Amino acid sequence: MHVPDGFLNAPTSVATGAVAAAGVAVALRKARNELDERTVPLAGLTAAFIFAVQMLNFPVGVGTSGHLMGGALAAVLVGPWTGLLCISVVLLIQALIFADGGLTALGTNITLIGIVTIAVGWAVTKLVLALLPRRPAAVVPAAAVGALVSVPAAALVFVLLFAIGGEVSLPFGALLGTMLGWHLLIGIGEAIITGLTVSAVIAVRPDLVFAARGLQPELQLKHADGTVVTATVDNAESIDANSAAERPAVSRRVLLIGAGIVTALLAGVVSFFASGSPDGLEHVAETEGFADTARDHAFGAFALADYGDVGGIPVGVAGLLGVVVTVVVGLLIFRAVRRRSREDATV
Amino acid sequence: MNSGVDGGHSHLLYRHGDSAVHRLPAHVKVVALLAFVLVVVATPRDHFVAFAGFALLLVGVAVAAHVPARFVLPRMLVEVPFVVFALLLPFVATGERVAVLGVALSQDGLLAGWNILAKGTLGVVASILLAATTDARALLLGLQRLRLPSVLVEIASFMVRYADVIVSDMRRMRIARESRAFEGRHLGHLRVVAQSAGALFIRTYERGERVHLAMLSRGYAGSMPLVDPAPAGRAAWLTGAVLPIAALAVATATWWL
Repeated sequence: MHVPDGFLNAPTSVATGAVAAAGVAVALRKARNELDERTVPLAGLTAAFIFAVQMLNFPVGVGTSGHLMGGALAAVLVGPWTGLLCISVVLLIQALIFADGGLTALGTNITLIGIVTIAVGWAVTKLVLALLPRRPAAVVPAAAVGALVSVPAAALVFVLLFAIGGEVSLPFGALLGTMLGWHLLIGIGEAIITGLTVSAVIAVRPDLVFAARGLQPELQLKHADGTVVTATVDNAESIDANSAAERPAVSRRVLLIGAGIVTALLAGVVSFFASGSPDGLEHVAETEGFADTARDHAFGAFALADYGDVGGIPVGVAGLLGVVVTVVVGLLIFRAVRRRSREDATV
Repeated sequence: MNSGVDGGHSHLLYRHGDSAVHRLPAHVKVVALLAFVLVVVATPRDHFVAFAGFALLLVGVAVAAHVPARFVLPRMLVEVPFVVFALLLPFVATGERVAVLGVALSQDGLLAGWNILAKGTLGVVASILLAATTDARALLLGLQRLRLPSVLVEIASFMVRYADVIVSDMRRMRIARESRAFEGRHLGHLRVVAQSAGALFIRTYERGERVHLAMLSRGYAGSMPLVDPAPAGRAAWLTGAVLPIAALAVATATWWL
């Protein structure tokens, strides 16, 4: 699903183009840290993999099928920066060689399918990883949740961009609700296939999964007399050992950034729903006041007109998000309690 | 079935031929396409005549490039999801309503839907014409001449070179699945497809490692010695400028209509 030319007006396309160019420029620099001088062949082959995997269709519902966006999967497998390079290259090639997605919309597509899905997917993955026990297998649920959140996040940014550069007065609350509801479904498919794919790779070559670096248990050596010592890695040649040493067990910064993004997302979503289905009196007032200021407030006012029934979807979406929040909060509390009891035990 | 591969993506659009459009250097064509699409996107949506003019210009390019309509039309299917979106807009947009065949439609939504349809279609056709007249290798060299970061061009050339290999790897996996009577009928079967994807990633990554070693053994030291393509002469740039300048002329000429 690539945005074609003319979907957003010229200024918005230029702005997203600048965002995309900046993102790719940073990624070009940072990807060297993830893959050193192997960047070109490995990123190129991974781009080919993403390109191939996007052709795998899976059934979403009755008669329809979706395909993988692959942002979260790429970030988890090869790292966020290399992943961004791969997705950007895939989009560039699709626009130029396969006429899929407009050339002026390339920046928009890289921003949505590359930057947003990878940033959100990776942040959420790291957040969930911080909450789970430090084992390579923990990457599987983490990647799945990251993929699940990344798709509606891209849909959210798409609706925001369309509100700014779409040049049409729409009931954006309803549009957002529909888009989020639909993309949450797609996100579930994305989450399942991302999680299962990562689990298949973890089972065979856990060392290949970027997000699992530093999560491998240390090698235990058992001596003849029964004493067990942890083997130390002498040569710092292996990248895995390097990154494991650099990265603390749970980076508080990552946790905070991830929590911030999720909170902002939820706050935005919740406030949209709040204005999307106002009570009767507010509804009338908004519709009446909306008629002549539609152009100025295309973004701020959400008249539901005669589409109040669409409000049914947002309620469901909000409910699901509420469940996710509850689960995350529950996990946090569980973790805190467990740490406390472990400390008690050692004292 | 759903778990299968749809071939639509992997078909290269390039049509071998020898025309004035084919002979233009790739980077000139990319710049011309970008300029043309920018003019189209910047044209106000209610200048209906201008869009007819743009369409005629593209027909002219197609005739000059010997690309038949039956080649272009089926490949326009990529924009279908957005056509659906554009067709829905008149029904869901707010604002003034007009009656069309007894149905009250939003005027703003009608215009916005038309806007997406017209500009999207022109963009897709222009992109198809570029892809049909320029082979992938020339395009990559063209991107290099346009000062795209060389690492990006190298990654893209690896992707283009290996996409067919990886896609046929995937096709063999599908054939292996199907010859064991596998059919992706419901979500529970996703596990099998995802395991194939995981195996495909491992194969791809290991192939990348072998390619890297092979490159090292041939003296690779971090950057590829890409052959610099011949620069475009003034004549080529002038030929390439015909399309965007004509589009600009159409846009300004219809401004007062």
